Amino acid sequence: MPELKYAFFLGCIMPNRYPGLEASIRRVFERLGIELVDIKGASCCPAPGVVRGFKFDTWLALGSRNLALAEEMGLDIVTGCNGCYGTLRDIWYEYRENKEVAEKIDRYLSQVGRSFKGKIKPKHVLEVLYFDVGLEKLKEFIKRPLKDVRVAVHYGCHLLKPSDKRPWKEAKESTERPKFFDELVEITGAKSIHWKDKFMCCGAGGGVRSGVLDVALDMTREKVENAQAAGADCIVNACSFCHLQFDTGQTEISKRLGKTYAMPIVYYTQLLGLAMGFSPRELGLHQNYVSVEPFLKKIGGE
Amino acid sequence: MLLAVLTGERARRFLITKRGGESFKNPDLRPLPRSDDPMTSAESLVVRKTITSEELEKELPHELKVAGIEKCIQCGTCTGSCPSGRRTAYRTRVVIRKALLGLREDLLKSQDLWLCTTCYTCYERCPRKISIVEAIIALRNMAAARGFMLSRHKEISKYLIDFGHLVPINDPNRKRRAELGLSEVPPTVHSYPEALGEVRKLLEITGFTKLVR
Repeated sequence: MPELKYAFFLGCIMPNRYPGLEASIRRVFERLGIELVDIKGASCCPAPGVVRGFKFDTWLALGSRNLALAEEMGLDIVTGCNGCYGTLRDIWYEYRENKEVAEKIDRYLSQVGRSFKGKIKPKHVLEVLYFDVGLEKLKEFIKRPLKDVRVAVHYGCHLLKPSDKRPWKEAKESTERPKFFDELVEITGAKSIHWKDKFMCCGAGGGVRSGVLDVALDMTREKVENAQAAGADCIVNACSFCHLQFDTGQTEISKRLGKTYAMPIVYYTQLLGLAMGFSPRELGLHQNYVSVEPFLKKIGGE
Repeated sequence: MLLAVLTGERARRFLITKRGGESFKNPDLRPLPRSDDPMTSAESLVVRKTITSEELEKELPHELKVAGIEKCIQCGTCTGSCPSGRRTAYRTRVVIRKALLGLREDLLKSQDLWLCTTCYTCYERCPRKISIVEAIIALRNMAAARGFMLSRHKEISKYLIDFGHLVPINDPNRKRRAELGLSEVPPTVHSYPEALGEVRKLLEITGFTKLVR
């Protein structure tokens, strides 16, 4: 494996609401021999549904500034949030394909003494693990296979779509029925189960959570109930916003509907980290609002 | 050219019941008798009025043209794929139709535009390859420019100006970070005041600050 080194883009929710996800990425990557370098002074990505929806140029300017910071470091930029990935990847794509957008980016960035030339690439944590590390290499690090665990895999939206601006087609993936995330889950020894509306949105995106919470939560409720009905031990995601929506969201749904929703929510590098031998506390699993104890019991943990 | 719409406030104003037995010169334009009324007479007919081309907005905004909404055939694949539409009255197909017909004023004021989670399922499935989400984003930009923003969206926008993060750090999460062996404050714009200055300048020159203040 060549030396892997990336600029680590945190975004907002991961460092400021679910630092356990950040800790799990840092620990797992370190053990895999991947170096992550902090991007000093990075901002909100900014969010592709709200900020882009309010003022397109603001989204373009702040997003390209984050890309410029990584480019100054000479490193590809990696994020573990689908929303941040959507923003960084779409702007990177537009910069290369759309002259009008590229000119705007140049104009805005020059006013803060920066520039972006499209020399680096934005990547998702799963993209690094799947393409740059590879399943075979990852398997060598599995110390404690998670046997008998039934996982409801939730891809989320911006990881896959818009597919013309995403890398997965390189692996001959389909947007309707991709498999790479299931493969990543199954190398841990867990089983990726078939469940209803697996590819549906968690409900949080596009400013729906912040703007019309009841609608967002009803989507989450539907997904959690589908995972329950399929006999899932947990929902595994790869996005800090989906993670928040499923975890914090279940406490909000429970309050509203007067019955308990208790599906454990696990971020991918938390699942992988457990299989690599890290403790649940090292991976921040105890910081979820919905207890992950039933899931940990199933894997024979504490 | 006559164009008909079936939904929306303005369309409802056109859907009127005419009484008084008006005669129609062209028999093809006569409405069909209502099936629940065997005693159909001219007095009881529902007349579906239409929007004429004169009433349409003349120019389709550039962003909507680029998104390709003119290719829409109203097949409804978008609506059928929409997770938001499953539980609300939000209909993606109607948004596109209204945008095309010049009912944009109607559209910009309604909450509908903010019910899209930008999940891109409609974008992927559209048989006419319309960039539906990009069209919705363009409509949101038009709505925001005219002052139609949800109040909660205005609130969170202020966090972006104040902190450079839509979701800023707080005390409980400083503790949670420390507990995990991470720096209490992340190495983002939170730790670098000069970076926040840069972010604010970009918010200013792109018109964001003015928009949400």
